[in-house]
Amino acid sequence: MHEWALAEGVISTILTVAKKKDAKEITEAEIKIGCLQQIDENIFTTAFRELVKHTPLEKTKIKLKNEEAYFKCRTCELEWNLTNTTNALGREESEAIHFIPELAHTFIRCPRCGSPDFAVTRGRGIWVEHIKILK
Amino acid sequence: MATINKRLKDIKRVIVVVGGKGGVGKSLIATTLSLVLSKRGHSVGLLDLDFHGPSCHTILDAKGVMPTEGEGIIPPEIHGIKLMSVVYYVGEKPLPLRGTEISNVFTELLAITKWGRTDYLIVDAPPGMGEEILDVIRLMKKGEFLIVTTPSNLALKTMSRLVKLLLEIRVPVLGIVENMRITKTKLTEELAKGLDIKYLGYVSFDYNLEGCISNPKKLLKTKFADNVKNILKVV
Ligand SMILES: Nc1ncnc2c1ncn2[C@@H]1O[C@H](COP(=O)(O)OP(=O)(O)OP(=O)(O)O)[C@@H](O)[C@H]1O
Ligand SMILES: [Mg+2]
Ligand SMILES: [Zn+2]
Repeated sequence: MHEWALAEGVISTILTVAKKKDAKEITEAEIKIGCLQQIDENIFTTAFRELVKHTPLEKTKIKLKNEEAYFKCRTCELEWNLTNTTNALGREESEAIHFIPELAHTFIRCPRCGSPDFAVTRGRGIWVEHIKILK
Repeated sequence: MATINKRLKDIKRVIVVVGGKGGVGKSLIATTLSLVLSKRGHSVGLLDLDFHGPSCHTILDAKGVMPTEGEGIIPPEIHGIKLMSVVYYVGEKPLPLRGTEISNVFTELLAITKWGRTDYLIVDAPPGMGEEILDVIRLMKKGEFLIVTTPSNLALKTMSRLVKLLLEIRVPVLGIVENMRITKTKLTEELAKGLDIKYLGYVSFDYNLEGCISNPKKLLKTKFADNVKNILKVV
């Protein structure tokens, strides 16, 4: 599952930041999940918990928060969000975007002018919002 | 970043096929090189970095295959080659991307693909010296560049700009391959000398090549493939 690869990335980010801050213990990490990739939170959490076994993150609590995906058309400047688009997306198409969000440019079009030339302004990918540490 | 390094850890050599100019035979040479190396018992990966015009899957005749998922993505083996390409996800549909978006696709691909133990990862680059090339330089530190050109003055000039860039930033350049040679000229060899890089030899124009695209077995039996094998001896 792709969630495993994402969890790996998140873990290494947390560890790098914690090291930079000289953390003795990382108590909590808040992770933002952009909705564009339709990440399965259960699988992500399972992957995370599995991967942190025997690492300094074993006891770290994680908080997952969602961010709705937004697009902005470069042709007509319309802004819209994913929920207005998803209905049109089939399973394979969602799957493609799940792996590589930019593939949206193959499957999603501006709902007003039909342009494939749009930017993903919010809700792409997954990132560490902040961490709580003890020094 | 850390994820990408981890993904590339078990790859011994990364050979990036570039040319600057379009249509000089990068994809065919990259794919044939992969086939030859694989036939010799090496474990080979092939990464198609041409998101706007992926070609490797067509040359290999990869149909009805998909990567498998397992803590990342494992590329399917086609004629013994682990091929990774956006084509699995977009099929023959267009994928219009701007600069940073190309960069993002590249990063995602590197971050999700599990190559495993690999002797050679061959990278088929698109023309130009934009995102894809700069990202290879930035993120694939093991990359060694194999330059493909035709003996046309137009191709040679664009190619030598690219070579100058690669030499300036001190990335390893394996040398120049002269492709689609029809008549004997010394142009490419002399240019290589002038740039102080190796001239690796030539690949003749092969009139039967078109009939071998999508037929790897036949492709391996062409004069073209024989020429590519000779280049390999020098590399
Ligand atoms: N030695 C050769 N003899 C005859 N035809 C060739 C030879 N090398 C390449 N070709 C043909 O030239 C065309 C371009 O080849 P190819 O697609 O490999 O080039 P490319 O450099 O990858 O192009 P692009 O820059 O678009 O990625 C193809 O039709 C291919 O069959
Ligand atoms: Mg090509
Ligand atoms: Zn629009």
